Amino acid sequence: MAEKQQFSTFYVDKLFFGVEVEKVQEVIRYQEMTRVPLAPPVVTGLINLRGQIVTAIDMRRRLDLRERVEADLPMNVVIRHEDGAVSLLVDEIGDVLETEEETFELPPGTLSGEAQELTRGVYKLKDTLLIALDTDKLLNLATTPARGV
Amino acid sequence: MDGMDDIVKEFIVESTENLDQLDRDLVELEKDPSSKDLLAEIFRAIHTIKGTTGFLGFQKLEAVAHAGENLLSRLRDGLLLLNQPITSGLLAMVDAVRMMLASIEATGSDGDQDYSALIDTLTRLQNPEAALEVKASPAAPKPKRKRTRKSARSKQEVPPQEAAPNPQPEGEDTSIGQILVQSGRVTEAQLTKALNQQSAGDPRHLGEILVEQGAMPPEGVLEALHSQKDIRSSTLSSNNIRVDVVQLDKLMNLVGELVLARNQILQFSTSQKDSAFLNTTQRLNLITTELQEGVMKARMQPIDNVWNKFPRVVRDLAMSCGKKVRVEMEGKETELDKTIIEAIKDPLTHLVRNSVDHGIETPDKRVAAGKPAEGRLFLRAFHEGGQVNIEISDDGAGINVDRVKRKAVERGLITSEQASRMTAREAENLIFLPGFSTAEKVTNVSGRGVGMDVVKTNIEKTGGMVDVQSTQGLGTTIKVKIPLTLAIIPALTVTSAGERYAIPQISLLELVRLEGNEAVKGIEMIHGAPVYRLRGRLLPLVYLDRALRVDLKKDAPAQGSGRQPTENALGHRSELLALDFDAARNAHRAWRDKIRNFLDGHVDLDAKAAERNDKCVLGQWLYSPSMEQFRYLPEMKQLESSHTELHEQTAKIIRLKNSGDTAGAERELAMLHVMSEHVVSLLNSLQRSISENGAVSIVVLQADGNQFGLIVDEVNDTEEIVVKPLGKHLKGITAFAGATIMGDGKVALILDILGLAHRARVISESHEPVVREGAASCPDFSSEDQETLLLFLARDDGRMAIPLSLVTRLEEFPRTSIERTGDQTVVQYRKSILPLVHVSSLVPERRQKPRQSSASPPSPQSGKVQVVVHSNGGQSIGLIVERILDIVQEDVSNPQPSTREGIKGSLVIQGRVTEILDLEGLISSGAAFGAPQPATLEARS
Repeated sequence: MAEKQQFSTFYVDKLFFGVEVEKVQEVIRYQEMTRVPLAPPVVTGLINLRGQIVTAIDMRRRLDLRERVEADLPMNVVIRHEDGAVSLLVDEIGDVLETEEETFELPPGTLSGEAQELTRGVYKLKDTLLIALDTDKLLNLATTPARGV
Repeated sequence: MDGMDDIVKEFIVESTENLDQLDRDLVELEKDPSSKDLLAEIFRAIHTIKGTTGFLGFQKLEAVAHAGENLLSRLRDGLLLLNQPITSGLLAMVDAVRMMLASIEATGSDGDQDYSALIDTLTRLQNPEAALEVKASPAAPKPKRKRTRKSARSKQEVPPQEAAPNPQPEGEDTSIGQILVQSGRVTEAQLTKALNQQSAGDPRHLGEILVEQGAMPPEGVLEALHSQKDIRSSTLSSNNIRVDVVQLDKLMNLVGELVLARNQILQFSTSQKDSAFLNTTQRLNLITTELQEGVMKARMQPIDNVWNKFPRVVRDLAMSCGKKVRVEMEGKETELDKTIIEAIKDPLTHLVRNSVDHGIETPDKRVAAGKPAEGRLFLRAFHEGGQVNIEISDDGAGINVDRVKRKAVERGLITSEQASRMTAREAENLIFLPGFSTAEKVTNVSGRGVGMDVVKTNIEKTGGMVDVQSTQGLGTTIKVKIPLTLAIIPALTVTSAGERYAIPQISLLELVRLEGNEAVKGIEMIHGAPVYRLRGRLLPLVYLDRALRVDLKKDAPAQGSGRQPTENALGHRSELLALDFDAARNAHRAWRDKIRNFLDGHVDLDAKAAERNDKCVLGQWLYSPSMEQFRYLPEMKQLESSHTELHEQTAKIIRLKNSGDTAGAERELAMLHVMSEHVVSLLNSLQRSISENGAVSIVVLQADGNQFGLIVDEVNDTEEIVVKPLGKHLKGITAFAGATIMGDGKVALILDILGLAHRARVISESHEPVVREGAASCPDFSSEDQETLLLFLARDDGRMAIPLSLVTRLEEFPRTSIERTGDQTVVQYRKSILPLVHVSSLVPERRQKPRQSSASPPSPQSGKVQVVVHSNGGQSIGLIVERILDIVQEDVSNPQPSTREGIKGSLVIQGRVTEILDLEGLISSGAAFGAPQPATLEARS
C-alpha cells in the first residue's frame, strides 16, 4: 500500500466507496443515456461525453445491491480505462479523501461474494468506513457470472 | 549516417516499390520473353537501385544488383533468351535485394548475409550454356542459404563484371530507341543494328551511333531526347508528396468530429430563422462534405497495391506444386480505403494461394479433364452500391461437396446427419469453418486447417462478407464484399421501442410502408414467423424490438418471468398472428365455448388460472409485443380493461360452479356473454382504428446474400454517421457494429445487419448449429432443425416440398405465353428468358404411370401454370408445379431416405407423405437444365 492514497469517494446504496483518484477522469452529473439491448444487465447505457462514447455501469447492480429507485438520477464517476472511458453510476458523490495507511484493513471475510471480490480493502475513517474498490476487477465484467464464492 | 537518414529512408521506400514492380514485370516477362518494353522497364528498375546503392555505399547490395543488371543487359540485347532458371535467378535477386533493404531499414547496414552464391548463379546464367546447366540442376542457390564461401571470392568475381558491357548509360533507359522508332525517325532494323554495336562494346550513346550510321540527323536525336525528358518528368510525378498514414488517420478522425458537429448544427439550424446563420450553416455543410470526401480520397488506394504481389505469389506457388497458372486481373484501379487495403491484404493472399493450391489441378489432370493445361486465376474488383466487390475465380476442379462434407464429419465439425441435410451451397461454405481442411496431406502451403475461417473472420471484421460458389469440375469463385471505408458511413436512422438505431446504407435495399388495411393484412404468419409478400416474393420479417428483446424490458422484472415464455414460444400454435383479428375473435369465442363446456361438466377449469388475463390466447395476443405499438389507442385500453373484467367474471363463474351453485354460475355466464360480445365489438373497432392509424415500416435489408425485412416503429432519416467502436463490455453483442453520436448529441447504436440476421435466424448459417451446441440454454424462436418449406403438388398428385430459401419467386404464367426454343420450354420473364421445367419430369417416375392420366386434376387456373422460380448466381429456372399448396415450417432433421433420384427424402407434412425435392442437386447435376424434357408441356398444350 502506498503511504498516503487519495480516494475519490461516492455513495452507493448508503455505502461509502472509494477509487484511487488518479484512475478517475472526471465526475459529472446525470447524463442522458442510450440503452444497449442485449447488453449485460450491469451496463445501463451509453453516454456521449464530448464526442467520446462511454459505457455506463450501474454500481448498484455491479455490487449486487438494491435496485435504484427510478426517480433518483445517478451521478457519473468516469474512470480511465485501457479501453476508453467507463462511467460508474453512483448515488452521490463524496469528497476526495486522503487516507492513512495504518487505517487500512483487508476486507472482512464475511462480505458477500461480489463485494468481497471487488473490494481491495477498508479504510477505517473517524466516523465511517471507506470501502476501497479495485477498479480493474470492477470493470472486468467477464468475471461477473459463474462465480460461486 | 544520421544526416543520410532521410535519403536512405526515401531510397528504401522507393526501392521497395520498384521491387514490387520488378516482381510483377519478371513474371510477366516470363510469359512474353521477347517484350522489349518489359525488359527495358526491368533493367531500368535494377539500374536505379544499383546506382543509388552505390551512391549510398551499400556495397553488397550494389554487387547483387550489379550481377542482376548484367544478366538483364544480356537479355535485353537479345544475347540470351529468358527461361525459367533465369527468371528464378532474377527473382532470387529481387528477394535478396529486398532482404538487404529490410536489413538496412532495421540496422542501417545491408546485413552480413553472403550473397556470393547468388552472384555466382547470376553470372553463370549469363552464358547460355550455363543457363542450361543450371536448368539441369533445379536447386538454384537461394539467397537465404548461407554458403561458407569466402567473401573474398565474391570480390574477385565482381570486378570482371564491372568491365562487362554496360551499354546504356543512365538516362538512356526510358529507351530513347523506342522513342525514335515510334516517332518514325529510325526503323526497327536500324535500331537493332545500333544496339548490337553498342553492346559489342561501342561506348558511345545510342543516338551518336545512329547519327554516325546515317540513320538520322542529329536534330532528331535532340528532339527525341527532349520528348524523353518530358515523359520522364511526368512519370516522376514531382507533384506527389508522401504523407504519414498516422497523419492521415488523425485528419480522418478530425473530419469525423467535424461531421458530427456539422450534423448537430444542421439540426439546430432547423429551429432558427436568422438567414445569415442559415446561409453559413449551408456553407459549412457543403465544405464539410467536400472536406470529408477529400480526406477520404487521400486515403484511397487502388487495390492493385495488394494485387501486384499476386503474380509472383502465384508463380512461385504454381511452380512448387508443379502447376501452370495464368493470372488475369480486371479492375486493378478500384480504390479502397488504406485501412481496408491493409486489412484485406492477408485474407486475399490466402484466398489466392488457396485457389492455386486447392483449386487449380495439375496440368495432366487438367488435360485429362479436357481443359487447357494452364489454369486461369481471375481477379476482379469493382464498385457496387458503395461497396467494393472482389472476386477470385479459378477454373479448377471446384469444390467437391461430398468430400467437404465427409471431411467436416471426420473432423467432428458437423454430424453426418447435418451433412446429409445440407444443401450444396451450405456445404461449400463449410470450408469457412474453423479447423476445416480437405487437403489430404499438410503441405507448407495449406492444409493445416487454419485459414479460411481466419479469412472469413478478418473480412467480416472490416464489415465485409465472403461467399463461395463452386461448380464441380469447372471452378470456384470466391466473392468478397467490403465497405469502401470504415470511418464515416451513410446510414439510415430508425426508431424502435423508443430508441434510435443506425442502419448502414450498405445493407439497405428499400423501404416499405404498409398503411391502413395493408398494415393489418400485409404481414402474414408462417408458424409464428412473420413474412411479407414483396412483389410476389416472400420476405421474412424481423421485429427489431423483438430481436433486440427491448420489448420486454419495459415491463417490471416481476412480470418479465410471466411473459417470457410467450415470447419464446412464438412458434407455438396457440400464438396468434399480430393483427390477425379474425383469429383473435375466433380464439375468444372458442374460449367462451370452453366455459360452456365447463359448466356442462365436460372440462375442468381452475379459477386462479382463469383469472389471469394474459394466459388465454386472446390475452397473449393482446399483450404480445407486436400489439405494443397500438397500446396508445383508446380502443386498445378499453379492450384491455374489458378483457380483464371478462376474466374476473370467468373466475367468478368457476368459483360458483365449484361451490355447487350451478344456477348462479349460469346466471353469471349470461352476463359473461354480454361482456364477451362487448369484447368482440371492441376488437372490431380496434381493427378499424388500427387500419386507419396504424402503419408498419419495413426496412428491407440484405445480409450475406439474403434479404429480410426489419420492422421498425419509425424510419427517420439518412445521415452520415461516424462509426465509433463500442467498449469492450459490449463487444460481444453481434447485433451492433458500433455506436455513433446523432445530431442531437445522443448516442445511437449502429446495427450490424449480419449479426442481427444471424440473431433473428434469417440466415441459417451452416455451421451455427455446431457452434451453438455449447450455448443450448439460449432461448430461441424455433428449434434448430426447423426449416421453412414450400409445399406443392407435382403432376402425379404427389406432394413435394423444397426449402423456401431456394425459392426466389412464385409466379403464374398464362399457358399461351409459354414458348419453345429448340428442346427447351421457356417463358419471357422480366426481360429475359426463363427456362421452364415440369417438376415431375425432374425425377424418375415412381409408378408405372397408373394415375398419370386420370389423377392429374386440372390446376385451379386451367389457363395458367404455377411456377416456382429458383435463381442461383444469375441463372434462373422455373419449376412448373401442379399447384402451390402451402408454406410450412417443419422439423427436417429425420427424413425417410429417398426412394428415387432427385429426392432428398420424405417427410410427413400435414399428415401426408411429402418428398423433399433435391433442387440444388438436380441443378448441379445438370438434370434441370440439360436434357430435353420429354413430356413437359407438349402433351398438355
